[in-house]
Amino acid sequence: MKTNIKKSSAGKKGESVRSDCYFELELTSSGGIKTEIKSKVSSMYGNSIKELIEDICRFFDIKNAKIYLEDSGALPFVLAARLELTIKRLIPKTDKEYLLPFNKKNLYTTTKDRLRRSRLYLPGNEPKFFINAGLHKPDGIILDLEDSVAPTEKDAAQFLVRNALRSVDFYGCERMVRINQLPKGLDDLKFVVPHNVHVILIPKCESAEQIKQVEEKVNHLKKEYKIKNAIYYMPILESALGIIKAYEIASASENVCALAIGLEDYTADIGTQRTNEGRESFIARSMIVNAAKAAGVQAIDTVFSDVADMEGLRQSVLEAKSLGFEGKGCIHPRQVKVVHEAFAPTPEEIEKARKIVNAFEEAEKKGLGVVSLGTKMIDPPVVKRAQRILKLVDNK
Amino acid sequence: MKLVKNAAGRLVPAEVNGQQQIPFKGVNKYKPSGNKAKPPVRTCIDYPEDGNKVVKNLKEALKKAGLKDGMTISTHHHLRNGDALTNLLFDTIKSMGVKNIRWFPSASFPVHEHLIKYLEDGTIHHIEGSMNGPLGKFTTEGKMKGVGVLRSHGGRYQAVQDGEVHIDIAVIAAPTADPFGNATGDRGKSACGLLGFALADSEYADRVIVVTDNLVPFPCIPWQIQGNNVDYVVAVDSLGDPSKIVSGTTEVTKSPDRLLIAEYVAQFIEEAGIMKDGFSFQAGAGGTNLAFALYLKERMKAKGVKARFVRGGSTKYLVQMLEEGLTDYILDGQTFDLEGVRSMRENANHVNTSPFTSYNFHGKGNFASIVDTAVLGATEVDINFNANVVTHSDGYLLHGIGGWQNCLYSKCTILAVPSFRDRIPVIVDEVTTLCGPGELIDVVITERGIAINPLRKDLIKAVKNSSLPIKSIKEIKDEVYEICGGAPAKPKLNKNKVVAIVKWVDGTVLDSVFQVLK
Repeated sequence: MKTNIKKSSAGKKGESVRSDCYFELELTSSGGIKTEIKSKVSSMYGNSIKELIEDICRFFDIKNAKIYLEDSGALPFVLAARLELTIKRLIPKTDKEYLLPFNKKNLYTTTKDRLRRSRLYLPGNEPKFFINAGLHKPDGIILDLEDSVAPTEKDAAQFLVRNALRSVDFYGCERMVRINQLPKGLDDLKFVVPHNVHVILIPKCESAEQIKQVEEKVNHLKKEYKIKNAIYYMPILESALGIIKAYEIASASENVCALAIGLEDYTADIGTQRTNEGRESFIARSMIVNAAKAAGVQAIDTVFSDVADMEGLRQSVLEAKSLGFEGKGCIHPRQVKVVHEAFAPTPEEIEKARKIVNAFEEAEKKGLGVVSLGTKMIDPPVVKRAQRILKLVDNK
Repeated sequence: MKLVKNAAGRLVPAEVNGQQQIPFKGVNKYKPSGNKAKPPVRTCIDYPEDGNKVVKNLKEALKKAGLKDGMTISTHHHLRNGDALTNLLFDTIKSMGVKNIRWFPSASFPVHEHLIKYLEDGTIHHIEGSMNGPLGKFTTEGKMKGVGVLRSHGGRYQAVQDGEVHIDIAVIAAPTADPFGNATGDRGKSACGLLGFALADSEYADRVIVVTDNLVPFPCIPWQIQGNNVDYVVAVDSLGDPSKIVSGTTEVTKSPDRLLIAEYVAQFIEEAGIMKDGFSFQAGAGGTNLAFALYLKERMKAKGVKARFVRGGSTKYLVQMLEEGLTDYILDGQTFDLEGVRSMRENANHVNTSPFTSYNFHGKGNFASIVDTAVLGATEVDINFNANVVTHSDGYLLHGIGGWQNCLYSKCTILAVPSFRDRIPVIVDEVTTLCGPGELIDVVITERGIAINPLRKDLIKAVKNSSLPIKSIKEIKDEVYEICGGAPAKPKLNKNKVVAIVKWVDGTVLDSVFQVLK
């Protein structure tokens, strides 16, 4: 069936919309590009908005069209993403991508064992949250293409997330994207892999095979786009099966950097309710920690969903830390500080770490192969952990 | 209109609404001399011996007060957006066929959109006060007959005291009053806290009308406004909508970015050494301001520090500090919520103040300069630390000056502002309208960093080793421009038509607001 649709739209409009915009596009047969712009920033940026629209039309070879824009203060990367989507909803066959210049501040890379105490989830189709997220200094920022995006707006989020990876300053935070559940998630990869994504979160992961599928696609894209930097995976285990397969998943690729647990779906899967005490998920969480440690990767806890309850969050982090978790998901910027404080080493831990590191440095100076503290021998991983604790203290 | 360049380099008219003006000469450079203005001599024998000054309605009172074309009528803004009296007042004036009134409110609110028809039909000639919301739009588009004059709360008192503005009739909304004219704002169904903004009006106007919706037998205690200054009393059913006069409760911002700014402010005040026993600060009721007070409170408790006084804008948060013993006094300029009103009524240490006590240019000293730190907002701040509070970057008048200019005199003035709003830069190359000279603005705190005025070497040194994100204001501006997609274009203005002027606290003209061309 072939219909002759000539009109499309994308974006958001209305009183409550901020930092976003809404486009309508109608292809015409003559008359050139006619734009109608309603913008709250028209006196300041009206001309530059018009130029951007014209440039995008030229890029996609659109010569005759009526374009209507309702702008609630969208930044250029948002305007471009929304208009590109409007065009592609009408002309889906086009392969061309309209890319704004890559922000040079976003060229940094990550490492496998980087600190991942907090990772802040941002709904992938809500640009107003993007621009300041890094200012709250989470260890990582997740642009989410999965559960926080309505099924009808999945395409919108793809363009927006791609543009955000290029334009928004992440202020040194690790750049993460949560793709959709496989197989759909595989289609998300081309929107993120070429744009310096650091970590890909793979939701509802249940097998090593899924990691391999992602890795294969990533490697393919890396080759195609000549990407050299490492891209890591953080599978999220959210089902009974996923938990049982935890070790297999954690060791599926050397680029798995952490295992995360998602409790909302897990508790639903085992047919129970999530409680604050968390007895129902104790086994699952411990299994994640064990599997992660066995595979030499980090264990990352679920999110704490009551954004008003900071004390509850603190307790939840302390409990996670006691189980062996090294990170926690955040759904609000205000949670970041609390998470970091709760994960921070205690004075006793710091004291002990200092002794270990001193002993290590002493041994190194003397050219000794074995580090010992008192009568106890210290293994290299213990030294590494102590160094990390001290680094955490110094960075504060 | 002839424009001259003032000491701040801004073009200002030499004459406005037929009155000669003095261009801004620099901060603390202008000292007028002569005597203060004085109201006419009255004698008590002209007033009812039984003290009953009640007349049957507002029209009667205005008639007796000798209302005629071209007069100056003043109102106060303690009823805020719940004010119904000012609209009723001009309905009455219109019905009496009187024209060309100079309206002299201490501030205007969106509810006064009702008055646009009277600006159009010539009942009101122009506004000297603030032109908010719809009135701002009307004025900026060049539709007002005369030129608007914007003054600070202190500047309004100054203008009345030195005779720049002579009030013919003051109409004072009083939530409680007695037949003699004693009046208070701290009780009654329209309670608003205090009536400080009406104080000058009651003392200097030719005729004073008190309008109340809660007439009590003599004496009305406390008498924030003294009946001895009042000519007539009018009882009405309602002064306005209590839910819009004070809010039931004021809430702290939930925006994580604003909270981040507030946290930086509190941290700055502590780390700069300002937060110490016996210190004082000014806090307003904006979402960020409330939050900063809460964060500062946590820090004060942690360090065992107590303030001597806090200047408000009082809210339940300041009241809690008072009641928990974290400050000896609240010196209150206006009350924003019901808890503030209750505290003022019940607690002798919650003191009502007026622009005379707070920041009057012709006072023998200035409270504002005693305050250790004031945390304020702005619509724009430029790379020379100059700030704007009355217009937005599109050139439209949107806010009044309030006490903002006066508070700049504090020992450490902090502007707590987002670096941009949506796509509108707040940190800019040059402000659209100059309201506060940069030399008085010490610190600008945004979510992207903190800029300290290079003039304040002491502050720069004090926080040098802190974890605060100190940057130059230009760095912040550059980052904002990069995010927003370059420098914002300037609004298209008709430089031949001044629609309003901004006065400095001393009565000189600091800047002009020009007509915006669509």
